[in-house]
Amino acid sequence: MAKEKKKGWKALTKGGVIEGGGTAKEFKTGDWRSERPILLSEKCINCLACWMYCPDSAVIMKDGKVAGFDYDYCKGCGICAHECPVKGKAIKMIPDNHG
Amino acid sequence: MKDLIEIRWHGRGGQGAKTAALLFGDAALASGKFIQAFPEYGPERMGAPVASFNRLSSKPILIHSGVTNPDVVIVLDPTLMESVDVTEGMPEDGVLIINTNKTPEETKKELGVKGRIKVFTVDASTISKETIGRPMPNTPMLGALIRATGILDFKEMIEETKVKLEKKFKSKLEVVEGNLKAIERAYNEVKS
Amino acid sequence: MAKTNIVARTGNEAMAEAMRQINPDVVAAYPITPATEIVQIFAGYVADGLVDTEFVPVESEHSAMSACIGASAAGGRIMTGTSSQGLALMAEMLYIASGLRLPIVMADVNRALSSPINIHCDHSDTMMVKDAGWIQIFSENAQEAYDNMIQAVRIAEEALLPVIVTTDGFIISHCMERIEIIDDKDVKNFVGEKKLGNYLLNVDKPITIGAMDLPDYYFEHKRQHIEAMIESKDIILSVAKEFSGLFGRSYGLFEVYRLEDADCAIVLMGSTVGTAKAVADNLREKGIKAGVLGLRVFRPFPKEEIAQALKNIKAIAVMDRSDSMNAQEGPVCLEVKASLFDDSASPNNVLNYIYGLGGREVRIEDIESVYKGLGEVIKGKSKNKITYLGVRE
Repeated sequence: MAKEKKKGWKALTKGGVIEGGGTAKEFKTGDWRSERPILLSEKCINCLACWMYCPDSAVIMKDGKVAGFDYDYCKGCGICAHECPVKGKAIKMIPDNHG
Repeated sequence: MKDLIEIRWHGRGGQGAKTAALLFGDAALASGKFIQAFPEYGPERMGAPVASFNRLSSKPILIHSGVTNPDVVIVLDPTLMESVDVTEGMPEDGVLIINTNKTPEETKKELGVKGRIKVFTVDASTISKETIGRPMPNTPMLGALIRATGILDFKEMIEETKVKLEKKFKSKLEVVEGNLKAIERAYNEVKS
Repeated sequence: MAKTNIVARTGNEAMAEAMRQINPDVVAAYPITPATEIVQIFAGYVADGLVDTEFVPVESEHSAMSACIGASAAGGRIMTGTSSQGLALMAEMLYIASGLRLPIVMADVNRALSSPINIHCDHSDTMMVKDAGWIQIFSENAQEAYDNMIQAVRIAEEALLPVIVTTDGFIISHCMERIEIIDDKDVKNFVGEKKLGNYLLNVDKPITIGAMDLPDYYFEHKRQHIEAMIESKDIILSVAKEFSGLFGRSYGLFEVYRLEDADCAIVLMGSTVGTAKAVADNLREKGIKAGVLGLRVFRPFPKEEIAQALKNIKAIAVMDRSDSMNAQEGPVCLEVKASLFDDSASPNNVLNYIYGLGGREVRIEDIESVYKGLGEVIKGKSKNKITYLGVRE
């Protein structure tokens, strides 16, 4: 986990306001993960079910095809693998040591 | 007369005791006095005994408790006197003004009013029926109050009340006319 | 000095008039006796086009405060009004408004809390939310209610804290009195345009509000909120000074009345301050050195200032129009005593009188009996620390 020096009360914004838009981007939830999805491109039919179901928009698309996962935000929930309609699954969940 | 005058109005819910106190307060304000006008809030039912109050002074009024020793008491409905002691807390030299067709002497005897309390009577119900068309004794009693006490200048009061009523009855100016006539008649007809 | 108009107004009418002149962006409210008239009259102003306000008739007080919070966060100048059970239902949202530092101004007509159900005045409702992080300003009469509402807008927006302005239910809310109304344009100039800091409708500078604080930040934000309350004392005084300069009526954190050379003093707030002053006047004529300290600002509590003002008083009675239900004393007395405790030289003859619950009449004789009790204390007699004034045994 990133180590930051936390601000004292005098330095904080009033009422806990967070300034700036799209700040969720700075909150990287990838380190919550205990399993990570792996894409088996040779089996993938590019139906985009995983892309639709991913609750963190962490499925990366390239030229209309599934290209992998954004591990900065993927929490490892496994919904993508669960929803994958391919027989034998094109997405596999494997243990993650964040290495 | 002493500087702080306290007045209590007795009526039944719907007879306009509160409105009378507000109108009188407004008129007194226009003559440069400091005023209070407030109703007693109990169970608000048509026909239930209600009271409202005025304080008048040439100085700012600080007291915000109820009026317990009124210098002047006005009774809008004589039938109230069977169940309510309208003279409660009145000083020896108080003024009691009653809407009735009886004379002050008769009323004084009936009520058993002791001491030097001065009793005035006026038939405000009949006056209001003849002028406003409805038994609304509150406005005529304003006229009787001023005649009996001399607290305000009559002309000033009439002017101020006219302004207030015209605001309230924008679309029914005949009501204003009737009320003003009622006040004037009661002013002239009150007996002591 | 600015021109004023002398009129007869009830407390509720006076507060509604102030709201018309302030012309807030949004008013969200739900009616409740004895505060109903404030928003009823104001809704009339909206319907008649006399104000530019968006009026939101909501389905409960909880929703009223929620709507106020949203509108205030969006950047608007926001007002509402309530009383008693309504304030209680708002309680959850009051903490959110103050924690988000939203400068909402609320008219609150003090009324007892059920049960037993009662519509009349006491201070239980306002005392119940005394720790909600709102500034609390009490009014003695309709004039003060009017003046306090106008000042509250400035105080709230400079302190970034919400403000409750109270009157006593029926006693002030429904009592018509002589008051001086300031010209519309002077009120407009006094309150000015709302200075916008962060606000949600600013598309050029997006923000997030109401984000979650875990144990690592919550305490710092609360500490900041506490500091804002402390600093608001100076803001309240500077706004009062400007108001007094323009319109002639002086206000402070509290009013001292014949206190300088007093032997005995009553500390209290709301409409009974006036009655106590009238009684003190009478007693002075009889040679009794009686004084009054009428609290205007209960939050932030002016503790050092009160200790200073009371330092030479031989016996003090604090009158509470609510009880903390078997705390040591009523809430005002607890505060006053604690203020005096910090300085060992302060007087320690402090009696507490709980009075006027549920609209129980406070007569002149009642106040006289309080001063009489203080006189006995000065003579060395011991008295009950708490007296329930005017309750039947």
